[in-house]
Amino acid sequence: MYDGKLIIPGLLIFLVLMISPILFNGLDAGPVPKPEKPVGVTKCVKSAQYMRTSHMKVLDDWRDETLRDGDRTPVEIDGVKYEKSLMNGCLKCHTDKKKFCDECHVYTSVKPYCWDCHYVPKETF
Amino acid sequence: MKHAILAVIVLIGVAWLGSLVGLDPVFGMVFPYVALAIFLGGFTYRILNWAKSPVPFRIPTTSGQGKSLDWVKQDKLDCPATFWQTVGRMLLEVFAFRSLFKNTKAEIHDGPKLVYGSSKWLWLFGLAFHYTFLIIVLRHLRLFLNPVPGIIGQIEFFDGLFQVGVPVLYQTDIIFVGAVTYLFLRRVLIPQVKYISFAADYFPLFLIFGIAVTGILMRYIFRVDVVSIKQLTMGLATFSPSIPANIGSIFYIHLFLVCVLLAYFPFSKLMHLGGVFLSPTRNLANNNRMVRHVNPWNDPSIKPHSYADYEDEFRQFMADADIPLEKELPPEPEPEPEPAAEETEKPAADAAAETPAEKE
Ligand code: HEC
Ligand code: HEC
Ligand code: HEC
Repeated sequence: MYDGKLIIPGLLIFLVLMISPILFNGLDAGPVPKPEKPVGVTKCVKSAQYMRTSHMKVLDDWRDETLRDGDRTPVEIDGVKYEKSLMNGCLKCHTDKKKFCDECHVYTSVKPYCWDCHYVPKETF
Repeated sequence: MKHAILAVIVLIGVAWLGSLVGLDPVFGMVFPYVALAIFLGGFTYRILNWAKSPVPFRIPTTSGQGKSLDWVKQDKLDCPATFWQTVGRMLLEVFAFRSLFKNTKAEIHDGPKLVYGSSKWLWLFGLAFHYTFLIIVLRHLRLFLNPVPGIIGQIEFFDGLFQVGVPVLYQTDIIFVGAVTYLFLRRVLIPQVKYISFAADYFPLFLIFGIAVTGILMRYIFRVDVVSIKQLTMGLATFSPSIPANIGSIFYIHLFLVCVLLAYFPFSKLMHLGGVFLSPTRNLANNNRMVRHVNPWNDPSIKPHSYADYEDEFRQFMADADIPLEKELPPEPEPEPEPAAEETEKPAADAAAETPAEKE
């Protein structure tokens, strides 16, 4: 071994960096998000699995349809009509953003910039 | 190249089939640990193996004025003479790829005349490739840390600064794929580079390209259940692996390619990650004329033997063989008639050693 007093610390730093997530978590996976289920309704805009993976796509499509194509025909879920809207659609059923959207988003470090402009009905600004 | 492409396609196929026939636990729980173990073990082995190679002599590439007389200006970063100057050179090398920056290309013009020009494309795309790769790896920490530190969120924010589309487009994804594409095209379009490219050069490129494409598909096209995926990755990071339901094949393909990359890493050219720090042409101070470097394998019982000593030892023989001497024989009172008999080596050497010349 030559130059071990430089190489060994360097190698150790590298190895520690590589396993740093394991050290950071300390073998504790932490809480799993439990987004609050809306009460009184059973169905979402699309199937629950599709919403889990692609709700941002739904929002994006709604935004384009309403603002670019001027198509604001409400969506019908279980016979009830809902506005194609973030605050007046999704949040009609998912009333508590903090206990629903944020639950997952904080877990996965997602910060939709939508709330820069859109506001959550319950909150005052 | 064909084999490298084929290999990556086969790997994708293996992961795809595997997840279709329900081998999710193997791909999601076993391979990641195996790959990490091979990566860390292999990396350590390679570094220690390199560390065992003696570097008896300083062989830095000197691409600037070395340290000389006081009034000659030294190029401290390109021809470092001290430890800290070498550290400076290494920092530039590791963080700014300085040696790639100095790339030149040779062209033959009419005349014929050989012309050297600077060639910065490899440097530019190489830098873009490595830095975007770094940012992408850091961004992935959101899947391995809980709670996610704010700095990761900051990186994501700046990466998606232009807020294109939903979910926002990360600039690094575009730059990364563009850079990999350049690195590949360079190999096939420049004849000289193509000539020296082998499967071991193409395979990592295709593998990394495959990883990037599956990742991009997962985020923007197929869209996967990131919450479930984070449950899987957190399980891995806390040694309590589990396989949540409803994770698509595309994720297992992505993960498997990453595992292959990790396992392949220590035994491939990718080891330049560690190797760059151990390159003797970069990390040695150019101080051959200031410090005496001794071969570590030298037998300590063999003492240095200077020319003056050598001449002292063999002066008589040299004089007899008409070899020019730096120091002539002392004037002999009577010339010996029969001098150079081989058997008399020992006494002759002793005689020479006793010459007055030695005392000077
Ligand atoms: C009619 C009321 C209603 C509207 C409007 C609605 N949802 Fe839902 N949403 C639900 C219900 C009910 C569920 C639970 C479905 C289930 O578990 O089968 C759900 C599930 C979800 C889920 C999956 C949550 C989980 O835990 O897996 C997401 C994400 C989601 N909705 C997002 C949205 C978004 C975004 C919008 C607006 C585009 C929206 N929802 C509009 C009622 C609604
Ligand atoms: C720059 C401010 C701004 C940002 C950021 C923003 N929006 Fe909007 N959004 C608007 C405005 C203004 C309207 C028009 C409201 C209307 O005409 O009803 C709108 C309308 C919409 C609509 C349809 C109408 C409604 O009432 O909701 C949807 C859906 C929508 N935005 C979704 C999003 C999503 C999803 C994001 C985040 C990815 C987002 N918006 C970010 C300003 C913004
Ligand atoms: C089941 C967990 C879950 C719930 C509930 C949920 N989201 Fe998400 N959302 C995610 C994940 C995970 C992503 C990030 C996907 C990715 O990174 O590819 C995301 C991304 C988004 C994005 C795109 C973010 C970006 O980077 O541009 C928007 C917009 C969004 N969600 C809106 C909502 C809204 C509005 C709600 C509440 C009505 C909601 N989400 C509820 C998990 C969830």
